[in-house]
Amino acid sequence: MDTGDTAWVLTCAALVLLMTPGLALFYGGMVRSKSVLNMMMMSFSAMAVVGVLWVLYGYSVAFGNDVGSGLLGSPGEFLGLKGLLGTSGIDDGFQATSLVFTIPSMAFVAFQAVFAIITVALISGSIADRARFGPWLLFAAIWATFVYFPVAHWVFAFDAAESEIGGWIANDLLAIDFAGGTAVHINAGAAGLALALVLGKRVGFQRDPMRPHNLPIVMLGAGLLWFGWFGFNAGSALSANGQAAEVFVNTLAATCAAILGWLATERIRDGHATSLGGASGAVAGLVAITPACSALTAVGSLILGFVAAVLCALAVGLKYRFGYDDSLDVVGVHLVGGLVGTIGVGFLASASATAGVDGLLYGGGIDQLWRQGIGAGAVLAYSFVLTLIIGFAISKTIGFRLGEEGEVEGVDFVEHAETAYDFISNTGGSRGLVGASPTAPSAPKMQAATEGAKA
Amino acid sequence: MKLVTAVIKPHKWEEVREALEAFGISGMTVTEASGYGRQKGHTEVYRGAEYDVSLVPKVRVEVVVEDTDAADVVGVITKSAQTGKIGDGKVWVVPVDSVERVRTGETDEAAL
Repeated sequence: MDTGDTAWVLTCAALVLLMTPGLALFYGGMVRSKSVLNMMMMSFSAMAVVGVLWVLYGYSVAFGNDVGSGLLGSPGEFLGLKGLLGTSGIDDGFQATSLVFTIPSMAFVAFQAVFAIITVALISGSIADRARFGPWLLFAAIWATFVYFPVAHWVFAFDAAESEIGGWIANDLLAIDFAGGTAVHINAGAAGLALALVLGKRVGFQRDPMRPHNLPIVMLGAGLLWFGWFGFNAGSALSANGQAAEVFVNTLAATCAAILGWLATERIRDGHATSLGGASGAVAGLVAITPACSALTAVGSLILGFVAAVLCALAVGLKYRFGYDDSLDVVGVHLVGGLVGTIGVGFLASASATAGVDGLLYGGGIDQLWRQGIGAGAVLAYSFVLTLIIGFAISKTIGFRLGEEGEVEGVDFVEHAETAYDFISNTGGSRGLVGASPTAPSAPKMQAATEGAKA
Repeated sequence: MKLVTAVIKPHKWEEVREALEAFGISGMTVTEASGYGRQKGHTEVYRGAEYDVSLVPKVRVEVVVEDTDAADVVGVITKSAQTGKIGDGKVWVVPVDSVERVRTGETDEAAL
């Protein structure tokens, strides 16, 4: 066991956990004021539900010994995390007996737990304003069980790490996904698309203004995501070493370039560089560099980040063309950004980086490119199909979507009996009125204020 | 007595207040308001999606004055609130039947 590595991975686990409340702010600011609490609670509850399942059987399904063709870990092996406890007596009596490389298994359990949590939380952006809370909790549990845990096994379970035999993408296909471009972002993005299709469009989609109600918290959330993302990527080295440092710098470089890429796209297309564009660009860059951060040079990272942000900035408009209500652009940012990053490895990988592979543009031919393509496509297809099935099953049984009346009134009040802001105050409430359309969006606000006054 | 109501640009409010005070108006009611006139709101863009924002933020100033002062007060407000650009706002005057000061029970002109 290495104490430096252990300290680094435990620290990174805490950093990555912070990404989920950061995501709650990022998403929460983007919805209308009548839905902000529900939006944040979908992220917050993902921590609760997935954390419990992770301890009970999630870790075992992802990192237990493979039960067949690299598709699934043994669900019973680490049930309730059994077999991972225990110390050997040397090192002042706290030398862990179960190790993953140089760190205690329990550190790896903690680090991987927060990946599972944020992946589920990411999906919620596609179903803003209109999902009932109970069915969301059920969805989170079922989706984590049948989609995330197995896919984490495919991508993150290396042979002879926690168990003898790991997953097929990591060990057989040899696609490079350092920190989760496929398992986290393509996975969540494809699920977001499927769930947006299952739940359907919001009342007033493409008719009423549904603009972000609080851009400062969007930017705060993006900042927290970026901060936590250093843990996500550099922590995935599972070691406090040169690779972690390299990955850290690549994560920084890609994100900086991505902000510029998104802003430039907006300036040229819409005439203004916006704060929402800056925040979105940062996230798009972070998504794209996630699978690629160990495989690219720093300059390659700049290129990848910039290109990813331009493509994501263009992709967020697709939902209006095709008429699916992916409310907060889980598809446009996470699916597209994840694809750009994962496929981008095949083009931009440099053997001088720690992953040690040359991509197409560095003279490595298409060998890595096709591996990346298959890895990305497999996760996309699996997640999309399974999510459609799970989503429809919930819709047809207990129902997933809020009634139209409740949706117009506001999911916060209807599902949680709360409202985020006090609209009675003279100055504090003005933002609620300013710019609101005289039709639908203002009506629930007035109603909410009345309810609050009665209480 | 007359009620003078002005809906003006928020950033002109401080100038209007100073001008009214210089004229001798000792009190007024101010509310944040929103609305639109000939300028018909504006357009905002979020992630490339354009939104027509129909309501523009305004400040509404209300002053009750003696009949003889009404025209002058309108003039003071108009002069101090003017930028010459579209969206400067409106001022209108309506008659007031009675006024009573809550603390003392004084009525009408004595209560202004």
